[in-house]
Amino acid sequence: MELFGLRERGPEELLAVEDGGGRVLCGELFAVGEGLARAGCRRELVFVLCENTAGTLLGYLGCLLCGAVPLLLDAHTSPQLLRGLAEVYRPAFYLVPRDLPAQSRAQLPQAAPVLELRDRVLLAAGGRGPALHRELALLLATSGSTGSPKLVRLSGKNLQSNARAIAEYLELTPEERPITTLPMSYSYGMSIVNSHAQAGAPLLLTRRGILERGFWETAAGEGATSLAGVPYTYQMLQRLGPAAMDLPRLRYLTQAGGGLPPELHREFAAWAAETGRRFYVMYGQTEAGPRMGYLPPERAVEKCGAMGIPIPGGRFWLEDGDGRALDGPEASGELVYQGENVAMGYARTAQDLGRGDEWGGVLRTGDLARRDADGIYYIVGRKKRFVKLYGSRVSLDGAERLLCSRFPGAQFACVGRDGLLSVYVSPPSGEAAEGAADYLAAQTRLPRGAFRVCPVEDIPRTEAGKTCYARLNGDG
Amino acid sequence: MTNLEKYDKLFLETFHLQPDGLPGLKYRGIQAWDSVGHMDLMSAMEETFGISVSTPDLLDFSSYEKGKEILAKYGVEL
Repeated sequence: MELFGLRERGPEELLAVEDGGGRVLCGELFAVGEGLARAGCRRELVFVLCENTAGTLLGYLGCLLCGAVPLLLDAHTSPQLLRGLAEVYRPAFYLVPRDLPAQSRAQLPQAAPVLELRDRVLLAAGGRGPALHRELALLLATSGSTGSPKLVRLSGKNLQSNARAIAEYLELTPEERPITTLPMSYSYGMSIVNSHAQAGAPLLLTRRGILERGFWETAAGEGATSLAGVPYTYQMLQRLGPAAMDLPRLRYLTQAGGGLPPELHREFAAWAAETGRRFYVMYGQTEAGPRMGYLPPERAVEKCGAMGIPIPGGRFWLEDGDGRALDGPEASGELVYQGENVAMGYARTAQDLGRGDEWGGVLRTGDLARRDADGIYYIVGRKKRFVKLYGSRVSLDGAERLLCSRFPGAQFACVGRDGLLSVYVSPPSGEAAEGAADYLAAQTRLPRGAFRVCPVEDIPRTEAGKTCYARLNGDG
Repeated sequence: MTNLEKYDKLFLETFHLQPDGLPGLKYRGIQAWDSVGHMDLMSAMEETFGISVSTPDLLDFSSYEKGKEILAKYGVEL
């Protein structure tokens, strides 16, 4: 399937600008697509270890062009998690940084270099990978940070429809120059790549973060038109102050990856109103490739704290516990979304990659939402057992599994709210109690402060022997 | 405790380091000194030395050594 109109671009058109000002043209992407096809990637699974570099972007879009199916992973994925995924899915190819640490390289058995793409190298495992359904275009991890091998299966139609919808509501034109602030392996980061490819706008690729002077020099020098961030990004932007964001061509900001505290929402909505920019609060999940909702920027001040309305082509409704749609003003229940961007389903094994569409365009989000009389939706809670830490979804059960395999003999129960995961551990002293937080931080590559250990004599159990989470309030 | 000892202690505690890890330590050179670690370190500097780090200085505070130069601008003698 032809994605994002890439083939209609002229070979001299600009695809991206790198740190240091290097240009990446569409012609190079076409050559990469042909190179990957010649290397045998067509309809094969390729693990792509992503950073915000030209080689990653060319490799990712090159896979889509030639019909390879990439699984996007962070280049800093821990070696153990990488090995786990490689064992389950046995890809035919890996696209990795040339300077991949030996520890990670050792997890990719017998993979030999076959093609160089700037800062990346394509490794062939030898032999065919798993059979892939003909509609499958891309795989993303759901809660990759805790080592769950569960992936989301996205079709070309999913990606195309979401890229179009985003480009429409953000009113993207070829004049846009978004600067990277998120990993490309993260569904929000990927959606920025896709929607701007769709709009024919080049990306400003930087490996620097917003706390580095070089980031702002690139943003000003190359004329960045938008910034994207998870809630924590907005805390940092608040500390940097409005002067830092005084970029001459900055047109809008977007926020997703968890609910923004209302005071930050208010502050940035007001800043946008005063400076003639736009501030978009958005809502999504990887399972929807990822975007489902946004708050129109002209209502950002009035509807502070809201999630918004469905994206173009999508539909929201609310259901009660029995699956009945709830009508009327001020309804509240589980948020359900329908749209062409809803994924084909999950994969837990290599065989699952051969499965077709199992969800039929409907996603039960697991989020509890309220709809006000104006039809604007607000997220008020969550049914599923996961928390958002610094924009990453972390499965509480996945965290427990990681801890149990690292500290056999100890018992764990994880609970949390967004921003903090609490680990109840028994026995209350010893290796597990001392090492649990450091271990989770290292495995998930999230800050140590996102985890708190609560040592207890016994994990409370129900009569059936299941962990009684209701008795663990997360406040230790 | 001298200012230098206080300065070192902020790094050691924020990033869970041993003293031999300080010379040459750079922003994003270790996992713990990421953007979140940097925000924590800046808050700790402000609180310990009673200063308010400006945005340009926060962006320039890119290594253990560079930080010493920046604190000197605020009259903190190390």
